[in-house]
Amino acid sequence: MVEEPTRNGLLYNRFDDGVMVTSVDWLLNWARESSIWPVTFGIACCAIEMMATGASRFDIDRFGAGAFRPTPRQADLMIVAGTVTYKMASRIRRLYNQMPDPKYVMAMGACTIGGGPYARHGYHVVKGVEMVVPVDVYVPGCPPRPEALLEGLMRLQDRIRMQTIARRGPAPEKTDI
Amino acid sequence: MSTRRTLQSAPDLLADLDAEAMDQGKLQTEEMLINMGPQHPSTHGVLRLVLRTDGEMVLETTPHIGYLHRCAEKIGESVAPYQYVPYTDRLDYLSAMNNNHAWSLTIEKLCGIQVPERASTIRIIMAELNRIASHLVSLGTYGLDMGAFTPFLYTFREREYILDLFEAVCGARLTYSYITPGGVTDDLTEDFVDRCRAFLDYFVPKPAEYNQLLSYNHIFIERTAGVGVISPRDAIAWGLTGTCLRATGVKWDLRKCLAYDIYDRFEFEVPVGLPEGGVMPVPPGMPPVVVPAGVVVGDSWTRYALRIVEMYWSAHIVRQALDRLPAGEYRAKVPRTLKLPEAEIYFEAENPRGQLGFYVVGNGTSIPSRVKVRGPCFNNLSIVSHVCRDCLLADIPAIVGSIDIVLGEVDR
Amino acid sequence: MSVEEIGSVLSERFGDAIIEFVAAGLHPHAVVAAGRWHEVATFLRDDPRMGFNMLRSVSGVDRQAQNELEAVYDLIAMAPPEGSREGFWAARHALAVKVRTERANPHIPSVADVWPTADWHEREAYDLLGIVFDGHPDPVEDEAGRHPRRILCPDDWQGHALRKDYVFPEAYGGIPGRSEIDASKPVK
Repeated sequence: MVEEPTRNGLLYNRFDDGVMVTSVDWLLNWARESSIWPVTFGIACCAIEMMATGASRFDIDRFGAGAFRPTPRQADLMIVAGTVTYKMASRIRRLYNQMPDPKYVMAMGACTIGGGPYARHGYHVVKGVEMVVPVDVYVPGCPPRPEALLEGLMRLQDRIRMQTIARRGPAPEKTDI
Repeated sequence: MSTRRTLQSAPDLLADLDAEAMDQGKLQTEEMLINMGPQHPSTHGVLRLVLRTDGEMVLETTPHIGYLHRCAEKIGESVAPYQYVPYTDRLDYLSAMNNNHAWSLTIEKLCGIQVPERASTIRIIMAELNRIASHLVSLGTYGLDMGAFTPFLYTFREREYILDLFEAVCGARLTYSYITPGGVTDDLTEDFVDRCRAFLDYFVPKPAEYNQLLSYNHIFIERTAGVGVISPRDAIAWGLTGTCLRATGVKWDLRKCLAYDIYDRFEFEVPVGLPEGGVMPVPPGMPPVVVPAGVVVGDSWTRYALRIVEMYWSAHIVRQALDRLPAGEYRAKVPRTLKLPEAEIYFEAENPRGQLGFYVVGNGTSIPSRVKVRGPCFNNLSIVSHVCRDCLLADIPAIVGSIDIVLGEVDR
Repeated sequence: MSVEEIGSVLSERFGDAIIEFVAAGLHPHAVVAAGRWHEVATFLRDDPRMGFNMLRSVSGVDRQAQNELEAVYDLIAMAPPEGSREGFWAARHALAVKVRTERANPHIPSVADVWPTADWHEREAYDLLGIVFDGHPDPVEDEAGRHPRRILCPDDWQGHALRKDYVFPEAYGGIPGRSEIDASKPVK
């Protein structure tokens, strides 16, 4: 139901395997992982722990991720913090679509992973946000502690570090970009 | 041939722009429908407000809710009362102890369970500490709505110390499930009383800092004084409770008027909205809160300031409770499978945001046949369509933030 | 006034419209006929002996065994201070009112003009139980007739969730109703 994100930007998938791109990779990935800007998207209780992570004791800003953007058009990361309901699902999809590439989604809390405590009797609850948007990192907990959220952020940073601009698969079709 | 009309080629367009009419302000402007939310930094959750505006003036506001409808009442009909306690945590997730307290009292009254005094005292300590924590979040996020980032960091710093205390007794920072029908799940730790007293000594000077930063800030007063005034008659007619009701001058607090648990054994005052120059009553030894010029009874500043004074009084109650904490059981002997009688009950408790009510219908089995959750924020929010009319666009976050809603309780 | 006195005043004034009055127990209530509920509500609010100025909550209840739907209105009379201690308002009395209607075609007159609180509460009772409140200030016209607008579930939601015979949706808006793990287990 959910399609994979595209990687047809200016740099990706342009270079053959033979070209050495490691330093450029390292630089780009370091820049991206050190400034992941989340979109302010708290839905329910997990949002309070997300706010606590942004506050002074846990301070997500030391990871570079403290600049929460109210608009998805300027954000890299959507932390889905809270239960996703059917009424809200289309809005989450729309916000995801409005985010520019490269974008990441973190499913925070048990409700976004598989419905959480509402999985059995919740008629209005989507059993996991992966039915709506593709998820990169899952952070379990109900709600996850701020330390768990920071761990999820660091896992995401690991994923970003693995990215490369060298071509990994077959050459893509020519696009207008 | 181009059909694009320009000002030179279409003299009738010029006729519409009557310069005189523009000077006299009679020019018809388009009304605009602006959508605020459900994702918005100032709506305190997934609330959607559709505003009909004429320039900067908001003519009409229509709230749309249900984006966090998590079927709490259907779940109440499917699980036993003990199992329902974690779901009550997640109603108003900022005051989870208070929600647990209200639910436990409802079930205890329905089933006739007597709770030992130590358990009741521990419950009151937790409920009042959670009231302080909840008001801290409310103040911090209200400052954030108004554009002030620093008070948010200050209030969350204090709140972290309260969460440390809660974590020591039950292991959780936000959704405690600590107060259950019969008592509390576990006793206090040995050092809890000392840590709590140390926290209160640390905390009491802090609201004065918030007053310096935010409450008496000239810009803050300009933005909140006289904005969103609610009259006492409207407040009662629309079912407002809690701070929103007291800000209009109605001195009504369930802990005093229909005292439940052992609140009648504690000395505390309940602040209400006062006109400018009024001095809000605070416990002895704490700095007073004076109402500045421009403030009207029932406006947003009053709702904000009442929360600061309520924090003082909650600290006062916790001190009394710590002093009179008796030894004894922390839990009554309650059967593991609690059979509810064939009766019903409606019970309300005073939460930080208003009166949380539970209507439970028992049918002789262990699972209720109907659980209705009366969330205070549901009623408090309904007045937004009545109050947010003919105000400026910038007043909307000021009013909605001062009503202090948590969508978990609105949508359940 | 005690609850019994309220009961006798109501019975005297409205006779048959008060089908039943239960004064004892944890939840004293009056059962009022749906046809005259609006009249009784106005009396409860305006009469100086009653003075029920705050409607605390409206709960819809599905009485499947009796084939009825019921709306329970919890009321409280709050009186301003007149020489009472420290200026607190007093709780004069509290009462619940139950209005019952048939399950197949449920209609109850709306009291949103008596207590504005009822506006949203009645929308919720319609949304979750299907009770149609006639005269509601925010109606919607569709193939189910004229009914209050839904408030919690989306506007095109099928069914009323708190009914005992409600079947959970298989999917909504293209999103499946159950995760793959649960698909093997039946949902009650």
